[in-house]
Amino acid sequence: MAPSHSSDAPHHQHLHIEPSEPTHHEEHIVSPKVYMVIGACLLVLTASTTAISYVDLGSFNAVVALAIACIKMSLVVLFFMHIKYSSRLTMLTVAAGFFTFLVLITMTMTDYISRAWGRW
Amino acid sequence: MDSHTLAAQTAETPHLELGHPPFLRHHFENVAQQREAATFGMWLFLLTEIMFFGGLFCAYLIFRNWYYPAFVAGSHSLHIWAGTLNTTLLIISSFTMAMAVHAAETRNRKPLLRWMILTIILGCGFLCVKAYEWHDEWVEHHVPGLNFSPVGFEHGTKAYPDDKLAPDMAEKTQVYFSLYFAMTGMHALHMIIGISLLIFLLIRARGGAYTAGHIAPIENFGLYWHFVDIVWIFLFPLLYLISRHQ
Repeated sequence: MAPSHSSDAPHHQHLHIEPSEPTHHEEHIVSPKVYMVIGACLLVLTASTTAISYVDLGSFNAVVALAIACIKMSLVVLFFMHIKYSSRLTMLTVAAGFFTFLVLITMTMTDYISRAWGRW
Repeated sequence: MDSHTLAAQTAETPHLELGHPPFLRHHFENVAQQREAATFGMWLFLLTEIMFFGGLFCAYLIFRNWYYPAFVAGSHSLHIWAGTLNTTLLIISSFTMAMAVHAAETRNRKPLLRWMILTIILGCGFLCVKAYEWHDEWVEHHVPGLNFSPVGFEHGTKAYPDDKLAPDMAEKTQVYFSLYFAMTGMHALHMIIGISLLIFLLIRARGGAYTAGHIAPIENFGLYWHFVDIVWIFLFPLLYLISRHQ
């Protein structure tokens, strides 16, 4: 880099100093109403997953039950565990964790179903 | 101000003289940064827990595919009402724990104690139902390695008279019950650790330790408790529900 540019840098920085730059997200207290609504949703989903298990859907019984479990998990993570109101760092940590978990499961299952490929 | 808070403040006076709350560790710039670091660390721990239970879930899926009739017959022997009751208890306990976090955030000591005690009671209720189920499995000779007998699975049960497995497949119901006890056992161990931690936190909360701005321990315990709830949200359909009609 040319030395003439470096002399501009302090001036440039000086222009952008803000008196109180917020480095962290605002404190967010989730209201009891939200907890009540989410809790009620979770109970309704529990009742419906049990009720649906009494209906014969063939192999879709497993699909529906696991889909409902995933919805319940999302509600718990987003609202009870405050991820909807969390900082980007926390959101990214959780997302990266779930993504890594999915990769591990997918790789394991791919290996498992392809072991005896063509010898069924 | 009760004696507990007073004693705590006297011991922490040097912190107060430095112009920051007594719970702020000196290697953090401010309370917000300390809380963010604690949340980040707690989530990293929970991710290792997801990998741990995820391995068990993965083993369950593969073995279920492998010994499918044995897993269906094993699943038929569980009580769906007990699983549903336990799911309900855990979801309500997650709600009461969320309310406990809210009470700590709004600095209300009495409601905090009340919600924590409710969470403990609901957690113990879950363990009681689980203990009843395990006792039932012991009586039915369904505990691999201790008193297992595959005979019941060769002749069919009252509820599922068609569950007549060949002797070699009936033996394989042990794989189902091994995974069942491993997964529900590890989950129950997490519940016991959770209830113990909650009792410890309750004793400290009585002295007002978490209603003066220092809510990270309550909040992070809440994360742990909700995580244990999520594990059960997946165990319930996998163990009790998905094989009902197969």
